Amino acid sequence: MFAICSRGKNDKDALPKLRQFLQMAIPFKPVNLGDARHGGCLRPSDKLSPFNHWNRDLTPDLEEVVRGLDAPTTVAAVFDNRVAAIDFLKKVKEADLGVSINISTSIENAEACCHEVGIPRHSVGYSLGFEGKTEKLPNTQTMMLSTMCGHGMVSHSLAKKMIDWVKEGRRTPEEAVTYLARFCSCGVFNPSRAKRVLEDARHAMK
Amino acid sequence: MKINPDKCVACGNCTYVCPMGAIYIDPAIKRATIDRDECVECYACYNGLSKENLNPTMVRTMRKVFQLMRLRFDPEPDVCPTNAFEPDELVWPRVVRRAFSDPRVPHESTGIEGRGTEEVKTNDVSGRVKEGEVGFTIEFGRPGVGARFHEIERMSMKLAAAGVDFEKKNPVTTLMTDQKTGRIREDILNEKVMSAILEIKTTIGKTEEIIRLVKEVEAEIDTVVALGVGVRCDANGDENVVAPILEKLGYGLHRAKTNIGLGRITNPDAIEAARKEAAGAAK
Repeated sequence: MFAICSRGKNDKDALPKLRQFLQMAIPFKPVNLGDARHGGCLRPSDKLSPFNHWNRDLTPDLEEVVRGLDAPTTVAAVFDNRVAAIDFLKKVKEADLGVSINISTSIENAEACCHEVGIPRHSVGYSLGFEGKTEKLPNTQTMMLSTMCGHGMVSHSLAKKMIDWVKEGRRTPEEAVTYLARFCSCGVFNPSRAKRVLEDARHAMK
Repeated sequence: MKINPDKCVACGNCTYVCPMGAIYIDPAIKRATIDRDECVECYACYNGLSKENLNPTMVRTMRKVFQLMRLRFDPEPDVCPTNAFEPDELVWPRVVRRAFSDPRVPHESTGIEGRGTEEVKTNDVSGRVKEGEVGFTIEFGRPGVGARFHEIERMSMKLAAAGVDFEKKNPVTTLMTDQKTGRIREDILNEKVMSAILEIKTTIGKTEEIIRLVKEVEAEIDTVVALGVGVRCDANGDENVVAPILEKLGYGLHRAKTNIGLGRITNPDAIEAARKEAAGAAK
């Protein structure tokens, strides 16, 4: 679910509203939280210690995302279950922030959320999939991981490498997911779903 | 982007994280090297890799020792151990690459990060796509293929010839020299970008014609295209007009961005402009 303001229409007082959107999401346990300028709740470090190769902190810092928001931009909260998403949406409706709220999911899921909360859909942007020279694209599992960042910042090569590392037992799916998530620049990467994809990829070897 | 050869230790981590596959270890110099023609200046390497700031000589020595012993250190895959990436001072026309590829940089033309478009994501506030209209987003290059502007121009010129309106608040539109012909400025035609989106609007009646036209051009260009179709729902939140057309054309409608209509105009000057517009329409 993401909140966005329209330039020149409702952006002047948007920053506290967007921050409120992020803050309100935290009690509903989002699997990712982020903004389009700083990324999600797992971020790269400028001063990584070599000892982190053995004990890297994989804990997402949701509060840091809220604190770090410093300009009106698109903010996102990612949920891995419909109940949490619906409960959060009810809260967002009550808050009446005045910024645009969008749900990015299956059409059925979005309709169910809107129905449950009692909001008629305003507009819908159908995604019709990839066309053209699709032979340049990798296999389905790699694509499922690399397209989780809607801006294409998770490379096919890294996604494939993480699938291979999980298959080889060099990393757990939980660890592999954190590497991928750090490259997503807007925080819409879904670590929960990515973990499922990696586990499926590992089992597919049997 | 460039890689400082005095710092690079050729660990190879960056070769995997580049969405364009533009980084490789050059065997002649034993350093990571960027294919500048393929690099789209997305900064995934610079922004996404964590940095360790280790001493390059020490790391190279350790790697040589390990290599001699046929041992492999198993480092974190998202780390540049010596912080070897250094952003270039980008000048025109190369700066266009970053504008369309690094989603953290707001597009100058629209002030929006990502791909610089609002589409129907703010339709409840902008009123961009009204009932009876269809907004198309035609995205080139993503994921992981990239596109050059001469490919995008082939599409924009065909669409212009079909009489569509290009969205004015769109980064590609602002790079057109003539919106009536869809021609894009010549000095950027060979620039490669991660992703660029053409946004057009037309009537629902032209939906099928536009999709067939897009498919024709897709066959002629050397990249991938992601087509999006944005429509206004009715008062009950239903959309039963465009969906049947898309299904008739063979599209399975599974995923969408759904704008739930909670936004409103709050900027004082925009409220005043909307009030004047409504008064003008009433007259």
